[in-house]
Amino acid sequence: MSVTSVCLELGASLGHVQDGSYDSRGLFKDWDWFGREGLWGFVGMALSLAIIVGVCSVVPILFVWVERRGSGRIHQRKGPNRVGPFGLLQTLADGIKLMFKEDIIPANASRFLFMIAPGLVLAGVFAAFALLPLSSTGVIVDAPLGIYIIAAVLSLEVIGVIMAGWASNNKWAILGAMREAAQMISYEVPMGLCILLAIICHDGELSLRAMSENQAGGFLNVGNWLIFSNPLFAFPAFVIFFIACLANTKRAPFDLPEAESELVSGFHTEYSGIRFSFFFLEEYASMFLVSAVTVMMFLGGWNIPFVPGEMLTGGFVGEVLAIGSTLVKTFFLVWVMIWVRWTLPRIRVDQVMTLCYKYLTPLAFLCLLGSCFWEA
Amino acid sequence: MSQLTEERMLDSGEKELVLDVRTQDMEINMGPQHPATHGVLRVVLTADGEILTSADPHVGYIHRCAEKVGENVDFDGYIPYTDRYDYLSAMNNNVGFALVVEKASGLEVPPRATWLRMIVSELNRVASHLLAFGTYGIDIGAITPFLYGFREREWVLSLFEKICGARLTYSYAFPGGVINDAPGGWFDEVLKFCDVFDRKWREYDDLLTRNKIFIERTKDVGSVTADQAREFGWTGPCLRGSGVRYDLREAQPYLFYDQVGFDVPIGRGEMGTVGDCWDRYWVRMAEMLQSTRIVRECVERCIKDTTPGEVMAKKPKTLKVAANEAYVGIENPRGELGHYLVTDGGAQCFRIKVRGPSFTNVSCLAKLLPGTMLADAVAIIGSIDIVLGEVDR
Repeated sequence: MSVTSVCLELGASLGHVQDGSYDSRGLFKDWDWFGREGLWGFVGMALSLAIIVGVCSVVPILFVWVERRGSGRIHQRKGPNRVGPFGLLQTLADGIKLMFKEDIIPANASRFLFMIAPGLVLAGVFAAFALLPLSSTGVIVDAPLGIYIIAAVLSLEVIGVIMAGWASNNKWAILGAMREAAQMISYEVPMGLCILLAIICHDGELSLRAMSENQAGGFLNVGNWLIFSNPLFAFPAFVIFFIACLANTKRAPFDLPEAESELVSGFHTEYSGIRFSFFFLEEYASMFLVSAVTVMMFLGGWNIPFVPGEMLTGGFVGEVLAIGSTLVKTFFLVWVMIWVRWTLPRIRVDQVMTLCYKYLTPLAFLCLLGSCFWEA
Repeated sequence: MSQLTEERMLDSGEKELVLDVRTQDMEINMGPQHPATHGVLRVVLTADGEILTSADPHVGYIHRCAEKVGENVDFDGYIPYTDRYDYLSAMNNNVGFALVVEKASGLEVPPRATWLRMIVSELNRVASHLLAFGTYGIDIGAITPFLYGFREREWVLSLFEKICGARLTYSYAFPGGVINDAPGGWFDEVLKFCDVFDRKWREYDDLLTRNKIFIERTKDVGSVTADQAREFGWTGPCLRGSGVRYDLREAQPYLFYDQVGFDVPIGRGEMGTVGDCWDRYWVRMAEMLQSTRIVRECVERCIKDTTPGEVMAKKPKTLKVAANEAYVGIENPRGELGHYLVTDGGAQCFRIKVRGPSFTNVSCLAKLLPGTMLADAVAIIGSIDIVLGEVDR
């Protein structure tokens, strides 16, 4: 499939959205618990929101625990082990502590921006979760433009971070915000190119669910995974995308906006209590999100080796298996992020730009071009 | 922000009109409570975005009048104060002061005490460099090396605890010798530590020293030529990092350093220019291996040549030193720690002046930081490895 046809496809799906003829599959249509009309439709919507918020809050808590215990392992120390079994409730205890702390707003801060910035940051990730499919029907909003909306909504988070740094009226915070801005314009280019590559390789599909379905079949149900079906170009693109994701989530070695040894705490220096916990939550939620997107685009989505692809897209067992497989793959990528953080030093802000512009962007272009020929 | 044209003089003498967007420089106060200043150093930075245009270090936040105290307590009583100037290498400080008193008074030190002093000095050098290694990792953004460094440092501290009872402020070497002989089995454990440490050292090498990002962050950053380093009055690993082979253990041997074999690692610009942050860091790493080498030899000689128990010279309860003056410089982990002592026949120093390496080394910041980036400033301050307790004394 060529670039032209991708564009045509894109236009076509936009058209479908406009005239309402696109078969928007989603959790509450296919599973059809409540129907879509009237009061029950409203209940369904409320329930789906509750699911997003629940996943958004529980998953980070789990990851924080994994990070703390994992870093403990890496550091040859124990990590939290007192609250709950294996210290599982430590994050919850910390969250409760943060909630009851005084919410300090510096006297010279821009109050309104200071107050809404953490919310904006969190809202970006929460919104993107709605579009994230965990299985073929396990998606709350299956928008035909899924990946673009996710990419757009994720950029909202950056605005929140810059806003927080600016509003704090703190020099370290503004430096952190500046770094975030510089970093964002650097990593977004290769990231966008890798997304384009995935779209091209997946027959112009923009929905993550369709991308994942597209990767079913092949040798042992692995052969069609993008990184294996197009190893020459999609595999490097996967690596580039993952590096860009690290930068997107402000994880080491790209944790420049917070850079605790340079900028004290960077953009959230002045934040405390519940507002700080929003930033904290957001970091782990977006780790989950970008990892899941990577899995959907490159790592075969919910497909499991040896299990036929059709089995995973229908029926209760298939759904459960699919969700489980997505989660396992995603958790693995999150673990890699944690692993990288506790291994690598931080790179400098000019090196981020050098890396992204001089190496990742041309390489991503090359992969994109190569994929066009590969898929043609 | 204002847009203006600026006339700039070219080297050829021609004038050039430059359209320049000028922004206001930002004055940032780094420290005294900043995580990267290793204590209460305060550096007032002026930054144009991320690039620093000037730096003004302020010291003295924990000045405790250490030298003045020396004029009011007897010689033995001053030893605990020496612990507290460079608290990461208290053993070396004790030895430095003990040596200057011995030089002024002519006290004879039993050989076993000298060997023990060398062993603890070198172990302390390892412990101190381990901390420098770990905190430098944190400065650059890698947290794990810090914990790894602490793991081995803890072992050294336990060894010190066994020999003198303290883990940080040892007060082990006194004028005339050391307070305790090594307890049973201590030498074996020291040798075991040396063997394990040499293996662990390779782990640090893999994890941090040869890490691509670490090298990128430290090479060609804060480069100091040999001449510049001498001008700054640098000593220790900083000076050797700039390629100058000057180590007091070799240049003016004290204790029994002339009887043991060791190399003096110097910076060779392996990753970038000579005297960059990586070179200074590398000198510390390489020195740790030399230290374990010295420790092994000292332990062997100490067991073979000396009789257990003889670790303190016979001296009066209150030592009085006839009017005299003496200077002894020793190689502290951070450079030359000099004590200049003037006595007047009393039981106290008439005047004691400490020449601290950190205090001298930190003086370079105003010269080195302008033109670098904010993140480099952290790398440079970390690579100089200052202890503010000793800067301020």
